[in-house]
Amino acid sequence: MNLTVYRLAKHLGAKMGSIGLFFALLPSLAMAKYEYNMEPPVSATGLSAYHLHNWMTMVCLVIFVVVFAVLGYSLYAHRKSVGHKAASFHENTLVELAWTIVPFLILIVIAVPATKALIAMKDTSEPDITIKVTGYQWKWGYDYLKGDGEGIKFISTLSTPQAQINGQEPKGENYLLEVDNPIVVPVNKKIRILTTANDVIHSWAMPAFAIKQDAVPGFIRDTAFRVEKEGTYRGQCSELCGKDHGFMPIVVEVVSDEKYAAWVEDQKKKMAAAAGDPNKVWTLDESKAYGEKVYATNCVACHQANGKGIPGAFKALDGSPIATGPKAEHISRVLNGKAGTAMAAFGKQLSDADIAAVITYERNSWSNKTGEVIQPSEIKAAR
Amino acid sequence: MAAVDHAHGHEHGHDGHGHHPTGLMRWVTTTNHKDIGSMYLWFSFAMFMVGGAMSLVIRAELFQPGLQVVSPAFYNQMITLHALIMVFGAIMPAFVGFANWMIPLQIGAPDMAFARMNNWSFWILPVAGSMLVGSMFVPGGASGTGWTLYPPLSIQMGMGMDMAIFGVHLLGMSSIMGSINIITTILNLRAPGMTLMKMPMFCWTWLITAYLLIAVMPVLAGAVTMLLTDRHFGTTFFDAAGGGDPVLFQHIFWFFGHPEVYIIALPAFGVISEVIPAFSRKPIFGYTSMVYAIASIAIISFFVWAHHMYTTGIPLTGQLYFMYATMLIAVPTGVKVFNWVATMWRGELTFETPMLFALGFLFLFTLGGFSGLVLSVTAVDIMLQDTYYVVAHFHYVMVAGAVFSAYAGAYYWLPKWTGHMYDETLGKAHFWLTLFFFNLTFFVQHFLGLAGMPRRIPDYALQFAEFNKLSSIGAFGLGLSQLLFLYVVIKCIKGGKKAEANVWGAPGLEWTVPSPAPYHTFEEPPVVK
Repeated sequence: MNLTVYRLAKHLGAKMGSIGLFFALLPSLAMAKYEYNMEPPVSATGLSAYHLHNWMTMVCLVIFVVVFAVLGYSLYAHRKSVGHKAASFHENTLVELAWTIVPFLILIVIAVPATKALIAMKDTSEPDITIKVTGYQWKWGYDYLKGDGEGIKFISTLSTPQAQINGQEPKGENYLLEVDNPIVVPVNKKIRILTTANDVIHSWAMPAFAIKQDAVPGFIRDTAFRVEKEGTYRGQCSELCGKDHGFMPIVVEVVSDEKYAAWVEDQKKKMAAAAGDPNKVWTLDESKAYGEKVYATNCVACHQANGKGIPGAFKALDGSPIATGPKAEHISRVLNGKAGTAMAAFGKQLSDADIAAVITYERNSWSNKTGEVIQPSEIKAAR
Repeated sequence: MAAVDHAHGHEHGHDGHGHHPTGLMRWVTTTNHKDIGSMYLWFSFAMFMVGGAMSLVIRAELFQPGLQVVSPAFYNQMITLHALIMVFGAIMPAFVGFANWMIPLQIGAPDMAFARMNNWSFWILPVAGSMLVGSMFVPGGASGTGWTLYPPLSIQMGMGMDMAIFGVHLLGMSSIMGSINIITTILNLRAPGMTLMKMPMFCWTWLITAYLLIAVMPVLAGAVTMLLTDRHFGTTFFDAAGGGDPVLFQHIFWFFGHPEVYIIALPAFGVISEVIPAFSRKPIFGYTSMVYAIASIAIISFFVWAHHMYTTGIPLTGQLYFMYATMLIAVPTGVKVFNWVATMWRGELTFETPMLFALGFLFLFTLGGFSGLVLSVTAVDIMLQDTYYVVAHFHYVMVAGAVFSAYAGAYYWLPKWTGHMYDETLGKAHFWLTLFFFNLTFFVQHFLGLAGMPRRIPDYALQFAEFNKLSSIGAFGLGLSQLLFLYVVIKCIKGGKKAEANVWGAPGLEWTVPSPAPYHTFEEPPVVK
């Protein structure tokens, strides 16, 4: 379809939602804000898919109106109550051929731009930066594999406080769409995303880029985007991945080249600092305090803050044989996970210091009082 | 009990007719297609209420942002059971119920071909239904995977998942037995003179649906059995670590899942193709092309499954093929809609409740068809996949398609089943309430999906709040309106204006027997000219 049609569709498509205005008239809800259509995407490929959608919706609407206008006339004019008598015709080969062939031709007209839009969308070649995205239950891991920022890696989790979710605090503006560590990319650069997952299938989705790519454990998939506008963009996991599927958002900050360079610098410093001294010997209090933080980001969703887990679904740590028994087994369970359950192998996600601290925390919290301090060196040895 | 008295009248003439048990055992041991049809319909309505109650739990949680009513884990169990119960427990048995009641009456057969197997295929259902519902009460609760049961998530689930797997196995057995019965009945027991191309459209749709069921239910059984062995016996069909692939499950599931959509839709088309001509007082337009359209829809439905999987990472050429094949379904579906419109054109239209539901079906199902066409386009689908747009789309097809059609059929044939007219005013009220609340519930979900709200989440960002509130209000209205139907049916069974043999003045053998239809009909085959 040519550009004029697209431009027309762009204007008309937004009006589609006016049908919904009917509902906006309900008194108590009249003042609320309503979104009737997609936000126009900020990438060229996304924009062409967006216009395709608006145009198709218009085509469908026109056909719908025409067919139901004919039906509407018939319902009005051919009523028994106005004395209309039934005709007896019941077939007409010409008419039937026409309404088989015409829709087929309309479909061909739709298929042409649909094919073009898809081919553009699927082009992931020659990226400037390649980032591996790993889905975890229930957070995202980012790994800058190639291009500026190579070597940066971090985990990104929901930063909305539990109190907001439970209604004990007012909900913030970006409720459920905010994370501790957003992924940062430069504007106007082609970013290739490789997706995979650690446990179950997740899906990395960013509506503003018209991107959605499943992350399948054991396999690598890819998708790409080139964003033309700086800003903060928000999306969510889009494949049911267990109980906290609704709580693993995606935030992408698209920044200028200068800001990106500064961010890369900053991240590298942070990573160097976090690595710390591998031979440091931790005290019980130090280790437990740090472990509590690690627990809060990685373990609390299943095992709960009180260590009781969720009966029938997630095991309790409080008083459990592993968290109070020999520490070698505890280390091995955290490093390697347990097959066939939601217990992931955290050895692949967390540093020695993180794992040591969280095990110390688990062995010395609630009613667990082993008094043992696990050192990072022990984790390193057990890997 | 008029039907039973009638049977006693034949006591000495034929062997066995008068010796059936009474009370509860009548229903447990019955081999009568009318009894079994009624049991299917009651079972289906009961499951409709259970699945509906679950959907109200979902909508209550989604009424406003934040977690108020249930935990996220329980929410996931609700969406899973709601879908499984509605698809396998409510919609499919409803149309099998219609088939049992009406196919022998429409083709002039005394009963279904395998009367005892018919009893068996029904009585498996309550067991399977209890498996599904009961899985909520075992440690860990029901499966929280969504009805698609995707691994590896389904591998993580507790024993509720195993119960769902066995439930699905039983439902599959029941469907296959039912289908064998329907095919055999239609192919062998038609009255003399009734050629295939003279058969009522409802029988045609069921004949083709039964073949679809026989083809795909074993595929689903295979998929869930592989899940079972992955879960308990160390196989790795769906685990990359052992050489398997999680996406393999999706291919197998949707090879079943897409024809399943038409297993639900085709009998619905059949009912509509009976109701519209009856209230237009005109034969159906383009009978032959209707039959060909149903057959083409059924055949194409086997070759489009991966359009449910555009975001899983299938290659470009695969996406293009599945997009073109899927778009093609619009052609025969369009033919059906055009034929229905042409049937009404220059007819002699009246608008009793069955016709209202048929028109509601036509209007809303067409909308669902159009959103389906939008979703068939891969580049657009990638934006809308797993959002509320998809939820809105399939509820337009399933509820406005199958449920509206089931109501059209129920009101159409109630006088034949009970011998009484239903309350027309209440029936119409039921229709308008259902139509209004259905749209309030689901039309707004299109907007939620376009704005990017993912499905299967128990809590959502603030910009989705208004439409979710409307949708929840609609859902409760929709749920309550269905109780009105129950009242209308009970009232109709208990009494009401006496129904004549041919209440609607429609053609068809079912209208040649008295109302209510006697316990045994067409013991001597009628002759069709």
